[in-house]
Amino acid sequence: MSTKADQKVPELDFDTPALKRHRKVRALKDRSASVGIAIGGSSVILAVLLICFYLMYEVAPLFSGASIEQKGSYSLPAEESGKSLYLTSEEQTEIGFRVAENGDMIYFNIADGSVIKNVGNPLGQPTAFALESDTSRMMAFAYADGRVLVAKQNYKTTYPDGVRLITPSIEYPYGAEGIQVADFAPRQLSVRDNDERLTLAVIGDQQAQVVRLNKDVNFITEEVELTETRAEIPFVEGTRALLISGDQRYLYVADVNGEMSEFDIRDLSDVSTKDQIDLIKGDAQLVSMRYLLGQSSVMVADSSGRVSQWFNVRDENNVEHLTYIRDVQHPTGLVDMAMEHRRKGFATLDDRGIVSIFNATSSRQVVDERVSDDTARMISFAPRANGLLLEDSKGLHFFAVDNEHPEVSWSSIWGKVWYEGYQEPTYTWQSSAANNDFEPKYSLMPLAFGTIKAAFYAMLMAVPLAICGAIYTAYFMAAPLRRKIKPVIELMEALPTVILGFLAGLFFAPFLEENLAAAFSILIVLPVGVLLFSFIWSRMPAGIRWMVPEGWQPLLLIPVIVLLGWGCVAMSPVIELSFFDGNIRGWLGEPGIIFEHGITFDQRNSMVVGFAMGFAVIPTIFSITEDAIFSVPKALTQGSLALGATYWQTMTRVVLPTASPGIFSAIMIGMGRAVGETMIVLMATGNTPIMDFNIFEGMRTLAANLAVEVPESEVGSSHYRILFLAAFVLFVFTFVVNTIAETVRQHLRKKYGSL
Amino acid sequence: MSTELKQKKQTVSQWVKSGDPWVWLNAGAVAISVIMVLGLLALIAVRGLGHFWPADISQGTYSLPGSQPYTLVAERVESTEVPAAQLREAGIDVADHHDLMKRTLMKTGNRDVYGSDFRWIIDEYFTNETRPEMLFAAERHEWGNLYGYLQAVKEDGQVVASTTDLTPTESALATWTAFERSIERATTIYDDIHTVEKDEIGTINHALERLRLEQRRLELNNDLTPEKQADIDAQRAEQNAKYQALQQRLIDLYAEINRDTFVVQVMDGSVHELQVAKVVRAYRPNAMGIAQKMSFYGSKVWEFLSAEPREANTEGGVFPAIFGTVMMVLLMTVLVTPFGVVAAVYLREYASQGFVTRTIRIAVNNLAGVPSIVYGVFGLGFFIYFLGSGIDQAFFPEALPSPTFGTGGLMWASITLALLTVPVVIVATEEGLSRIPRNVREGSLALGATKAETLWRVVLPMASPAIMTGVILAVARAAGEVAPLMLVGVVKLAPSLPLDGNYPYLHLDQKFMHLGFHIYDVGFQSPNVEAARPLVYATALLLVIVIATLNLAAVTIRNHLREKYKSLEM
Repeated sequence: MSTKADQKVPELDFDTPALKRHRKVRALKDRSASVGIAIGGSSVILAVLLICFYLMYEVAPLFSGASIEQKGSYSLPAEESGKSLYLTSEEQTEIGFRVAENGDMIYFNIADGSVIKNVGNPLGQPTAFALESDTSRMMAFAYADGRVLVAKQNYKTTYPDGVRLITPSIEYPYGAEGIQVADFAPRQLSVRDNDERLTLAVIGDQQAQVVRLNKDVNFITEEVELTETRAEIPFVEGTRALLISGDQRYLYVADVNGEMSEFDIRDLSDVSTKDQIDLIKGDAQLVSMRYLLGQSSVMVADSSGRVSQWFNVRDENNVEHLTYIRDVQHPTGLVDMAMEHRRKGFATLDDRGIVSIFNATSSRQVVDERVSDDTARMISFAPRANGLLLEDSKGLHFFAVDNEHPEVSWSSIWGKVWYEGYQEPTYTWQSSAANNDFEPKYSLMPLAFGTIKAAFYAMLMAVPLAICGAIYTAYFMAAPLRRKIKPVIELMEALPTVILGFLAGLFFAPFLEENLAAAFSILIVLPVGVLLFSFIWSRMPAGIRWMVPEGWQPLLLIPVIVLLGWGCVAMSPVIELSFFDGNIRGWLGEPGIIFEHGITFDQRNSMVVGFAMGFAVIPTIFSITEDAIFSVPKALTQGSLALGATYWQTMTRVVLPTASPGIFSAIMIGMGRAVGETMIVLMATGNTPIMDFNIFEGMRTLAANLAVEVPESEVGSSHYRILFLAAFVLFVFTFVVNTIAETVRQHLRKKYGSL
Repeated sequence: MSTELKQKKQTVSQWVKSGDPWVWLNAGAVAISVIMVLGLLALIAVRGLGHFWPADISQGTYSLPGSQPYTLVAERVESTEVPAAQLREAGIDVADHHDLMKRTLMKTGNRDVYGSDFRWIIDEYFTNETRPEMLFAAERHEWGNLYGYLQAVKEDGQVVASTTDLTPTESALATWTAFERSIERATTIYDDIHTVEKDEIGTINHALERLRLEQRRLELNNDLTPEKQADIDAQRAEQNAKYQALQQRLIDLYAEINRDTFVVQVMDGSVHELQVAKVVRAYRPNAMGIAQKMSFYGSKVWEFLSAEPREANTEGGVFPAIFGTVMMVLLMTVLVTPFGVVAAVYLREYASQGFVTRTIRIAVNNLAGVPSIVYGVFGLGFFIYFLGSGIDQAFFPEALPSPTFGTGGLMWASITLALLTVPVVIVATEEGLSRIPRNVREGSLALGATKAETLWRVVLPMASPAIMTGVILAVARAAGEVAPLMLVGVVKLAPSLPLDGNYPYLHLDQKFMHLGFHIYDVGFQSPNVEAARPLVYATALLLVIVIATLNLAAVTIRNHLREKYKSLEM
């Protein structure tokens, strides 16, 4: 029959044009599918890798240094007036300003050095000059007749014809005639002004004098009335620097060797010497002593190139003392130091023309560059710290500065930093505050600590429960029950964490607060109760015991545990009454019972987080552990049992060691999940970044911090980039942990494959 | 036999040695886990479902020692036992013989009158408790519930029906009927107003905004000729005219709705006259039979699922949140399915199986373990600030400085979540592909099919249940994920749905509401957490049901798939 059919079918021609075309189309389709899938597949994988690179790309600028670039170079504007006493520029870095030796105040075009306006000095040649602060733009001149003139730069911006026009001017807030401060020619001058008072300090060849003008607003005329007080202060030989503190309470007088006397000038009728401090190590000479932004830190530069930071720290008697905080080192002897106007940064200059830019808080050097070949004399920042003016023997040079994130360094993120106003170096995360003088504090340590704390308490709850549960389910449980129990526990994994967090914060936290005694009694009662029950069960008549077959124990235990738990909660007030005077939290908080200072109790604390997050982590650990134990080859256990070991012995001596890599990887993966969990921590704690392992206090984790702060941070700011760094840390941590776990698991699988 | 058994009875030390106690402890761990899961589900279910039940309103005298007794009208919310010592510390003069006292949280409503919705009472001092039939509860558009006795209903200030009785007499019931009629009328007008304000005026505003953008775009392109300007002006005038007409209609409707008022006496004896328009619904729970309560319950559940939220999300429904969640998940599914499948097919079928592929596989696997917040940060930085502002510069310059895609929105949220869940789909699909026996593929190839044809006609159909499983798991994960969404486009209250009748109908740039975020926001950011809590439980229950259903579906499909291909595995 088949031969017949063969005869009937004519010879097939597979090479007709239509079929050829068809084959071509099919081949083309096949090739394009390969290419398309390859491109699509690799692009998805690339997109996923992009996350890692993008995070790094956002973080990188934090650690790249700053750069400076020369923009203009010209001879000193109004050179005939002499060298500069002071240099600065206005906000937009269009107009520069300098005060010359002969007292002339000169405005010049910062791009080409042409003089815009030479104001001159109304009282002629000064003998001393002092700057109030860069921010207030106020300065003072002293003259040979003992007068002091206070001057202030002003800029008015107008837009005639739509083009920005900045008009500079000088005003004299305390009159153009000056204030008679002394009857000698001052050699050193210091000025400090605020809304309430002006304080001037002068030192001549033999004498020193302080004058204060108190400003009182007349209630009737609403005019400011000035009342003058003055005092003579002890004269210090060889004075090099004079500084009135920001709050006008102290006067610092330092000589060439850095010996500084601190006078209390709060009350001019009672001036006293407060402290004597040696500011300079070794035999270097004092170059400059100036305030950092905020007028809290005194920066002391010396001829060896060392710049040290000092600020007031309260001692145990609550008395402020100027205290050495930290120092940075410029390579060689300094000639000048300039402060940033809006950040705690400064620049140093030596006579060879090498400029270094530092940040005080992070003690980080971002620039170290030789920018002038001539004898450099003076340096100054533009208000936005985006420009730098440098004066040397040739003239003036203007540089553009690109210095975005000087306040961040590896040590300021992970180490202790001594911030202004703090008693000691601390780990602090405080990214925003109400006032402007505030310096953001970016230590990731409290957040990392909080993350570890949360994960630790979660693991404390999850690991025993999940692993014991998995051991039982995989090894002892009856198969039909196992098929029911596994999905129930795996359902836990699917529960959205926002629900767990919500229940933890709004249900469990208040519940725990009210039944704290129950929480601890459960810890003891449950295991003891279960053991007791099992013992009683083993003494039961066989008839009853056989009603529940081996492997169904959990069903028996469920009512027992519910009953015990309920009993603990019901007894909780009684326990509280009989052991803790009815107030367990008060008992904990009382000093000296457990800890010297008592324990602070927050409603939303680590215990709540541990419980809720433990709940979230249990299914992860459970299912991987269960898998690992279940896949231990039966031959091993059967061998062990055949040799006479009990089930439990087989479990601990054979099964667990074999499955241990799997259990290890389960714990790792569980920890990865606990570390990255956001919503539970966000909702179940108070989110305060503290470094305390107390179980009754909360924490702030890296992940929760991201959720809170990322939407509010300004794009491209240090804060934004540090938050990206936090995300990167989380990414890397979980990635590494998971990779280790995965590798271990694959290894394990391969090993069992051969058994 | 019984003697044998007796001999077998172990001593305590034998019992310990046998390891049985430890086995029991392990069994205890399983039991605790199961109790926790079921307990949690039960807690959510009870609290969530209980919220809609019309609770009875109690009336009684509350006489706390040391303060003036007063009449309290309120719903019971929850009770706890507290040690009397704590109360004494709080300054309450509790008799000495008490150790523990029962404390109850009562919902008194009338926030506009008393300043707060809730108060704690000590049950001991709450006496003469009754449940009068004529006590009614009114849900309002603002200020929460109202509890009291109805005294009169007025139209245009004229009394239509009135009563002084606190018992269900004829006049009292007649007043109640008039009140119900008046509410029904007001509700109809309220719906009309809502339609005009939201839909019709919304459409006009949308059109005006589009005209403004059109004009700005032409200006930017230096293409604003006088003719075009005139055209835009004409269209604008047309829309404005329409707006005027609607405005007039609104004024009329408002006059209509404000016609009726009602007079109510509240628990402190004071009498208040309020507008009927402010009432959403009024009911007398104490007079309701079980059937009435059931039907009331049903209508409340329907309101919860279908209505918009009221009172800073603490009352009303969650429809916009359901809609937003569904939209976002749908978009995400559309994105994640093809890409996930293609990546898995590439890894399993096309890429050469070497070290690199193995590494990539581990990497993809691990990405599923990367914290979701990291994806959120990435989405915000890369998609929104980087890509989004780029898109705005290039395509929507007329809308600047207000961002179009340079801010969080539906599209970015979907893409971020797609990225978050793509490993899930890849892993599941790969598993499905690896289960397909080699001989099936070889059979297809042997018959002359190309690799692409084999893939399309044989392999993918066989792997489709696995793909489905992966997609469902991805959807379940995405539906429950909140942390990344907080950064990329979820808001507590979106003014309109991302899908509506205005061009371009699907607003990918719009922010949206989400069930999970709703829980976080209402539970933790709401000014009146106590009042909002029941609603949060209900929302949580809804979310749990959705996600549990999705997961069960995935499990069922997976099991079904395993059964189906068991015979193929040899």
